[in-house]
Amino acid sequence: MRDTMTDTPMDDAIATPEVIEPLARQSLLARLSKNRLSLVGGALVLIAVFMAISAPFLPLQDPDAVDTSQRLAPIGSPGRWLGADELGRDILSRLFWGARITLTVSLAATLIAMVVGTVLGLVSGYFLGWTDTVISRGIDVLMAFPYFLLALTVIAILGPGLLNGMLAIALVNVPFFARIIRGSTLSLRESDFVLAAKGMGAGHLRVLFRHILVNSLSTLVVATTINLGFMITAAAALSFLGLGVQPPTSDWGTMLASGRQYLSAAPHTSYLPGLAIFLTVLGFNLLGDGLRDALDPRMRE
Amino acid sequence: MRNYLLKRLAQTIPVLFGISVLVFSMLHLAPGDPADLLLGPDATPEAVAELRSDMGLDRPLVVQYGAWAGRILQGDFGRSVVLNRAVLPEILKRFKNTAILTAGALVFAVIFGIGIGILAAVFHQTAFDSTAMLVALAGLSMPTFFTGIAGILIFAMGMQVLPSSGMYPARGGDFFDLLRHLVMPAITLGAVSAAILARMTRSAMLEVIQQDFIRTARAKGVSERGVVWVHALRNAAITIVTVLGMQIGYLLGGSVITEAVFSWPGLGQMMVRAIQARDYPTVQGGVLLIAMSFVFINLAVDLIYAWIDPRIRYS
Repeated sequence: MRDTMTDTPMDDAIATPEVIEPLARQSLLARLSKNRLSLVGGALVLIAVFMAISAPFLPLQDPDAVDTSQRLAPIGSPGRWLGADELGRDILSRLFWGARITLTVSLAATLIAMVVGTVLGLVSGYFLGWTDTVISRGIDVLMAFPYFLLALTVIAILGPGLLNGMLAIALVNVPFFARIIRGSTLSLRESDFVLAAKGMGAGHLRVLFRHILVNSLSTLVVATTINLGFMITAAAALSFLGLGVQPPTSDWGTMLASGRQYLSAAPHTSYLPGLAIFLTVLGFNLLGDGLRDALDPRMRE
Repeated sequence: MRNYLLKRLAQTIPVLFGISVLVFSMLHLAPGDPADLLLGPDATPEAVAELRSDMGLDRPLVVQYGAWAGRILQGDFGRSVVLNRAVLPEILKRFKNTAILTAGALVFAVIFGIGIGILAAVFHQTAFDSTAMLVALAGLSMPTFFTGIAGILIFAMGMQVLPSSGMYPARGGDFFDLLRHLVMPAITLGAVSAAILARMTRSAMLEVIQQDFIRTARAKGVSERGVVWVHALRNAAITIVTVLGMQIGYLLGGSVITEAVFSWPGLGQMMVRAIQARDYPTVQGGVLLIAMSFVFINLAVDLIYAWIDPRIRYS
């Protein structure tokens, strides 16, 4: 039968855990920089992060200042380089401020999913037995829901909103981390250094966190990078449907959704935030691919 | 095969049970009184009181779950608060449209994803391979709603060759009108899956091609076409079918977004509206229907899987 804990569509992206030698760790950046595409990815990610961090410090217009005389102003308008939206608000400024919301929500959701998923994966892969059965069946039920439907279900229970949307997409991605970490725990728990640590009297907690988790870190880094791309898409999709971030707060997804009504008159109000999402997700995916190749010698050519 | 079938069927029971418990709990986890939530804001206090005693909200949760599951099994999914009609016929009608969209997306993803994946593996380390994989990565990074809007801008507003929304022209239409309306939504929804399939098919094929039995086949003089299509593809098929099964789930869930972009009258759109209106019976019915159909799709995939690879049946 199909082992339900080992096959996600994203598993190909994740390498089996490798014990990184200090020497190999030194050359990680060097190896990564040999891959030109991952450098492009890193640059795209850095741009998005810069936008998010710098928004309050740059001489940008007030992102919420309504100016009906500038309604749907085209790209290149004086004082509004990237035009204005349906209320005359400056799109450039809104892209910078939107990056803050989009990246914060995605990053927070990824961290929640990573911590919860990692703990569940470690515990179920290490203790096995009924603990594993209970956790694995729970994960199976979550995975029985089509990806986005589970997020909708959580929103239906908690109600729409920024925080609830974040919790929803975090929950949806818990199985992703749980399965990867359970897999790497299973392969590490019988390894010589874990047996040696146990033989020297290390307790369960020490074995789990000092030995198994530390040696799964490279896997976790790759998984988290790749997952961030998914999270940004999911968060933006919820906002696009009107179930995530609520006005007046706005992220790239809500910008796209409101621009959609003016597709023929002012297409830039929707394709600019769309491009921002696309390029950021592409950046995380390129970086994730590069990290995987650099951290997993098996897949390097 | 019969034993495997029975074993696999038995495994769906706890999953179905888990799904039903989660859907049942939705009402109780949501803030507010379940009877109020079910009847909506316009209900009279008498109606709420009557429903409360009907639902047995004072009885233990296990008893309530039993009564609820019993009604679901008889096809009674409750009444929609917004439409004031029975939920089941409404969601079934909408589900048909979602199924058409999902099937169209799946056909696109299979033809393009697997096709390009095979070609990229055959022409490994050529310009075609690297271009295809770059396009696949870009496709993977395109959010569905942005793909859809870009498509509308280019093909509906710019070139005016495809309709931008709906399933049929306003005055109704035939099968070919449906196909014309289906092209863009199906490609939009299937793009990410096609990209994932292309990447996975390529890596699965490459892995198989490096194995000894392929070298043996070549040494025996099997044509290159025979090596690729018979020897390699058959052995890579197991990975491909698994990924395909997972993708159907992504398509079913992702259809919600595509339906919103193209005003496709499917279950997803109905559910988004129901969530906003707090129309719980409709949301519960929709979640239950989609999740259950996904369980049975996974079951079918596993059976196909066991049919392709006899080793699975005996493990």
